[in-house]
Amino acid sequence: MDLFFEQFPTVFSALNDGFLQTLKVFIVTLLGALPLGLIISFGSMSKFKPLSAVVKTFVWIIRGTPLMLQLLIIYYGPGIILHIYNFWGQAETGRFIATIVAFIINYACYFSEIYRGGIQGVPHGQQEAGQVLGLSKSQIFFKITLLQMIKRIVPPMSNEIITLVKDTSLARIIAFQEIIWSSEAFLKGSYGISGAVWPLFFTGVYYLLFSGILTILFGLIEKKLSYFRS
Amino acid sequence: MAILEVKNIEKHFGKTEVLKNICFSLNQGEVLAIIGSSGSGKTTLLRCLNFLEIANSGSITVNGKTIFDENIKLNDKTIRKNRLHFGMVFQNFNLFPQYTAFENITLAPKLALKNGIEIGIKSVEEIEKNGDELLETVGLSEKRDFYPCQLSGGQQQRVAIARALAMRPDILCFDEPTSALDPELTGEVLKVIKELKGNDRTMIVVTHEMNFARGVADKVIFMADGIVEEIGTPSEVFGNPKSEKTKAFLAKSLENI
Repeated sequence: MDLFFEQFPTVFSALNDGFLQTLKVFIVTLLGALPLGLIISFGSMSKFKPLSAVVKTFVWIIRGTPLMLQLLIIYYGPGIILHIYNFWGQAETGRFIATIVAFIINYACYFSEIYRGGIQGVPHGQQEAGQVLGLSKSQIFFKITLLQMIKRIVPPMSNEIITLVKDTSLARIIAFQEIIWSSEAFLKGSYGISGAVWPLFFTGVYYLLFSGILTILFGLIEKKLSYFRS
Repeated sequence: MAILEVKNIEKHFGKTEVLKNICFSLNQGEVLAIIGSSGSGKTTLLRCLNFLEIANSGSITVNGKTIFDENIKLNDKTIRKNRLHFGMVFQNFNLFPQYTAFENITLAPKLALKNGIEIGIKSVEEIEKNGDELLETVGLSEKRDFYPCQLSGGQQQRVAIARALAMRPDILCFDEPTSALDPELTGEVLKVIKELKGNDRTMIVVTHEMNFARGVADKVIFMADGIVEEIGTPSEVFGNPKSEKTKAFLAKSLENI
């Protein structure tokens, strides 16, 4: 126990640094994937068949293969296949960029399917009611459909976003220095500490706290939108 | 002069002919009831008037202005403008759930004002005053700030009527306005429609309420298999039907009463 208290300050500070990287991946992925998902969902709903077929095939490939594999291909692919080295940039910068590229593509595909369900779940009569009142297509989307769609997608989106919190740990596979990587350093030896397993287990506390905060946040959003039923 | 002139409207979905050579006219302040069994084309006819469907041929003239015929190029903008001659009340109300009764009524006029679409209202204040008056017309002033989920079906439909009136249409269309309602709620909606007739409103009502059609309409159309099988005053159509199909339909519809 004494050893734990002795190691704690060093480990805590290293894990905080790692968690900051985890947070960075989380936030940048959301910033990219939330809008990109909407574009992909419009593509898969397009009445222009070749476009929707291409988009649907792409979504199938991304959802049908492990994110870890996608991460490896995106990070190592340019070097191994195309012989372009440091394609994503030097060292940690390169690993970060490759990570967010893989995560944004992967999560945008999942989001696109949730959006599609949300958009198609709004009764067609809503659109027609807007039409007969002389509203334009964009007014119908922004003034009528959008909020009803958001209400519908909050529960599945909160699910997906909480999964993202934990999926960030997959970036460990290309040695991106997120929190799991930081904790493993104490197994191998870092800051004079080696063979310590507890830092790895302790990362669970970070994930739990963070997903706990998100759960509360999504609960609030759901409550905020509970004033109407659709 | 007739406020509405519908000539030779044809509509087919693929190879299925849904409307065949539909012709009728309507004068200001008249109420037209369209009756007929399901699948006879009643609803499609209304949807063609509102441009929710585009007819394949024929013409529609409102107040002497042709808003639809085969030769008029229709783009989104002209459709948006032309359909405002008609108001539409749906079977399932289709109120916007995230807006209050008052907001449902004032949303479209406010957007029209912002877009410079002429509906004869010049300011937001006027739109809001008009909204309150419409709520009074349908007897729901005290439900002004209620959301649709807090209203009964009959109340929702009355808000939907006020919402359609807010855009000041020349002709108000109803697509089976009481079909989704519990029997005890149909009365309040039909009462509002009767009151509108008293205010010289021109209306087209697709309905299964035979007593309503007989009592309120000035003109009745019986549709069967996509054609106007019979047209006339209620006493002609109900009292002295000429077509065998009309007779059979009325016999079936009225035996339940």
